[in-house]
Amino acid sequence: MTKKLIIEHLNAWFGSVQALKDINLNIEENSVTAVIGPSGCGKTTFVRCLNRIHEVVDNARISGKVLLDGEDIYASTSDPVLVRRRIGMVFQKPNPFPTMSIFDNVAAGIRLNGIKKKNEIADAVERSIKMAALWDEVKDKLYKSATALSGGQQQRLCIARTIAVEPEVILMDEPASALDPISTAHIEELMQQIKDKYTIVIVTHNMQQAARVSDYTGFFLLGELIEFSKTPDMFTNPGDKRTEDYITGRFG
Amino acid sequence: MKRRISDRLLKLISISFASIILILIIGIVYELIDGSMLSINRFGWRFLVTSTWDPVKNVFGAMPFIFGTMVSSIIALIIALPISMGIAIFLSELAPQKIRPSVSLMIEMLAAIPSIIYGLWGLFVMAPFLQIHVEPLLGKYLWFLPLFKGAPLGIGMLAGGLILSIMIIPTIASITRDILNTVPTLYKEAGLALGMTRWEVMSKIVFPHARSGVIGAIILGFGRALGETMAITMVIGNAPMISASLFSPSYTLASVIANEFSEAVSQLYISSLIELALLLFIISMIFNALARLLVRREKVLQ
Ligand SMILES: Nc1ncnc2c1ncn2[C@@H]1O[C@H](COP(=O)(O)OP(=O)(O)OP(=O)(O)O)[C@@H](O)[C@H]1O
Ligand SMILES: [Mg+2]
Repeated sequence: MTKKLIIEHLNAWFGSVQALKDINLNIEENSVTAVIGPSGCGKTTFVRCLNRIHEVVDNARISGKVLLDGEDIYASTSDPVLVRRRIGMVFQKPNPFPTMSIFDNVAAGIRLNGIKKKNEIADAVERSIKMAALWDEVKDKLYKSATALSGGQQQRLCIARTIAVEPEVILMDEPASALDPISTAHIEELMQQIKDKYTIVIVTHNMQQAARVSDYTGFFLLGELIEFSKTPDMFTNPGDKRTEDYITGRFG
Repeated sequence: MKRRISDRLLKLISISFASIILILIIGIVYELIDGSMLSINRFGWRFLVTSTWDPVKNVFGAMPFIFGTMVSSIIALIIALPISMGIAIFLSELAPQKIRPSVSLMIEMLAAIPSIIYGLWGLFVMAPFLQIHVEPLLGKYLWFLPLFKGAPLGIGMLAGGLILSIMIIPTIASITRDILNTVPTLYKEAGLALGMTRWEVMSKIVFPHARSGVIGAIILGFGRALGETMAITMVIGNAPMISASLFSPSYTLASVIANEFSEAVSQLYISSLIELALLLFIISMIFNALARLLVRREKVLQ
């Protein structure tokens, strides 16, 4: 097993508020890593630090290292645009581009990769939308505005948009929180299907989901990583009292 | 009970004040039409396409002024557009958060400078500079374009367009900045996360999102250029002529009204000037209405 991402002494701030405190962990290549923890504990902030989106917020800053294939994405020579092409992200709130059609939303990233041939783009769009379990619902209205979709459909469109770029790592911030059980199952299935090609980090509030889909789980509390281990170990034999309380629902 | 009465009173007062505005506009339009009747009856639609403006022979035509107004405003827009967009993008996306308020304030202060001051500056600083440095150069290297033919006078269409451009930049830049700021971060971040550059986020996400509002801001600036009087009167040369050269003097609707109203003696002369005012009114109304419609639609869409 190789380490796709190595996170060393990662701290993150919003102004003077510290949202992440000295996070250290490794993310294995071709695995699914779940990030769990109560609301406000820094899960979103954590994944946003992994693709350099945290820094676009005003007054936000970080310290520490995030190594992608051994190279620090925060090194001064590292280009955030290239980092983000390699590490894609699905946001907590669905955010398809409202001025673009469903097709163009997915095609936008493909075109960024320099693919120009119409049929190649169309194929990649179809493949990505199918992978996101959305094809049957949108195949007749690909050229309609993306805003005409339901929240759950929009989220799956965002997933399609992200995988269309073919990043190496996919960060998913509660991708299933707006989805019904069937689409959720599709997304979970998707993760299993693609994890031999990609590395996936998923934030979730749903313990069963974390247990079902992930190989590793990290438990965050108040900006700190309390525990990080193989998922079965975490759920059967948590090392920390606070982890146990959280996953058994006895928290707070 | 008492409160009810005061509420009603307040409503009554506001309605009557609001209706004063309406009455005022209707009154202005009525006066303009009534005042131009003589000229309208005499010249008909030919007033619009006649280029003679001869108070001695009592022949009046609006063509040179319409030309001067439209062309000077278009020049102003061509110059102001890229600069304003640059300022707006800088202020909404690129500038460090700390300096944004002060730079914004400075831009907005520019809009507050009385136009006579722009005029004076244009006349004493800009026009001589154009005459000595800019126009000879343009004439020397771009002589084959009819735009840059003739003696460099400093004062003229180019000076007029330039001064207008400086005056409309704050309007266009600050409204565009406001519109760009309404584009939710959510979508910009989505673009960044896909691996777009800042420029790609601007062109593929932010501008399409803000398009109609930005167009509205541009038209609003254009409308301001059309109606501007004082500053342009001082630098455009005030000669009713239609020339392809930007160096030659010109005249705008607003300028001729301001300059000649007090000395107009014959009824027809006065009436013709009022008809010019009517034309200016109609043109600016059209552009303003268009602009507001677009800006508002943008805000409603948010
Ligand atoms: N833009 C911001 N400005 C200031 N503080 C922020 C901002 N975003 C998040 N925070 C703070 O950082 C901390 C971590 O937030 P984060 O969004 O990472 O939590 P989370 O674990 O994702 O929560 P949730 O499960 O509710 O999504 C919170 O205390 C939050 O108040
Ligand atoms: Mg979150």
